[in-house]
Amino acid sequence: MKGWNWDGFFEYLTNTYILEGAAVTLGLTIAAMTLGVVAGCVVALMRMSPFRILSNIAYFYTWLIRGTPLLVQLIIIYTGLPQIGIKFSVLEATLIGLVMNEAAYLSEIIRSGISSVPKGQSNAARAVGMTDVQMMRYIVAPQAARIIIPPLGNSVNGCLKTTSIASIISMEELLRRTQVLIQEKFMVLELFVVAALYYLLMTTAWDLIQRRIERHFGRGYDIKADAAEQR
Amino acid sequence: MQPMIVLEDVDKWYGKNFQVLKSCSLTVSPGEVVVICGPSGSGKSTLIKCVNGLEPVQGGHISVKDMEVTGPRTKLPKLRSHVGMVFQHFDLFPHMTVTENICIGQTRVLGRTQAEAEAKAAALLERVGMSDHARKYPIQLSGGQQQRIAIARALAMDPIAMLFDEPTSALDPEMITEVLDVMVELAKEGMTMMVVTHEMGFARKVADRVVFMDGGEVVEDTPKDEFFASPKSQRAVEFLSKILDH
Ligand SMILES: Nc1ncnc2c1ncn2[C@@H]1O[C@H](COP(=O)(O)OP(=O)(O)O)[C@@H](O)[C@H]1O
Ligand SMILES: [Mg+2]
Repeated sequence: MKGWNWDGFFEYLTNTYILEGAAVTLGLTIAAMTLGVVAGCVVALMRMSPFRILSNIAYFYTWLIRGTPLLVQLIIIYTGLPQIGIKFSVLEATLIGLVMNEAAYLSEIIRSGISSVPKGQSNAARAVGMTDVQMMRYIVAPQAARIIIPPLGNSVNGCLKTTSIASIISMEELLRRTQVLIQEKFMVLELFVVAALYYLLMTTAWDLIQRRIERHFGRGYDIKADAAEQR
Repeated sequence: MQPMIVLEDVDKWYGKNFQVLKSCSLTVSPGEVVVICGPSGSGKSTLIKCVNGLEPVQGGHISVKDMEVTGPRTKLPKLRSHVGMVFQHFDLFPHMTVTENICIGQTRVLGRTQAEAEAKAAALLERVGMSDHARKYPIQLSGGQQQRIAIARALAMDPIAMLFDEPTSALDPEMITEVLDVMVELAKEGMTMMVVTHEMGFARKVADRVVFMDGGEVVEDTPKDEFFASPKSQRAVEFLSKILDH
């Protein structure tokens, strides 16, 4: 193929510098999603709380975060805030930005998941004497999870790719490292294709994991699968 | 004898303007079966949910045995673990098998071991005629079967009283009997029961008293035979003629 360098392509496909970048992307995603789910639960519970102030704060938060681009948020956190004396490292700024975003989007997903569990379920749980915490843990959360997992999975997929935005504040993840190499070697197409393949690999792996999780939380809802399990 | 369930001048509002229960009073003695009937919207479900504190009340007192339901410091979860409840739409936990449904309260609330809970579940399944379905999920069962499991789930907690809110009104006619049979047996064994139902056959067979509600009020509270022979209020007469017609 004219203009395409196979040797260069294969060399970069196994290049440790790029591989480390991919690992950073993966690590950022895992961290952002884990912390994001926790923070998202807090925001969701605040939003559904009977206390007006709490639900208003939560509403304001999601409105603010979802209404502005992550790119702008990251630049404000990393480049803007030092102007008023608040300094973060690149990694800190990246994590703060990603977690704030995931928390905002996930809180909506979590909220609709929890609301989808019928009122009869919480009454039934209370009627056998469960406390609110037990009801949440054993009855509401597992049923909400079934509704939450598909959009949550989308968020994981999205987050794997969104981390690339942090390259703008020089976070050394997959895209940033690809660009650094391009500056040195000028193999633009080969390197970007390598980067794309790594993203594809990670999103595909997640797809497989997600399907297993969905199957787990789908028990009791799929007559055929349940019947097979009982055999 | 100390009464099992006492409601005294219970008032309840939904919001500021709508009073759903108006000074309702009612006593159920141990072993008694009280059937509550009345037109749709008269407050029967609300009343029965107040007994185990699923709905808060704004006035009056409710107690179950020696536990004050309406007290500010009442541990409601503890109280509810002693009072079984069966709902119109069964409300089994869909993500759990039949056995898990019957065990979860025993293990998590009563602190029984898994083995104890499963033994109890097996015995109760036998009793409600559902032994073959222990490992199924609720979605795989008919309405009548689900309701029998819901009764077993409540009985697993060894309740001192059972509350039923229209347990058969969501069922196809051919499934009503299988559920009523379980309830009749329970009544004959001496369980204290408050049953919201329009199944007058059930009331005739096992009820001690019939309570008739209308517009949030307890209009009548009479021994069963008296209620069917000569209801005191015009509203009860009209209601009876409507439901006994078909
Ligand atoms: N959560 C609620 N909020 C406001 N109104 C309610 C609520 N639940 C029931 N109601 C109203 O209270 C009245 C009594 O309801 P309910 O106790 O369910 O009656 P019944 O069981 O006798 O049909 C009805 O008018 C109903 O619309
Ligand atoms: Mg009702």
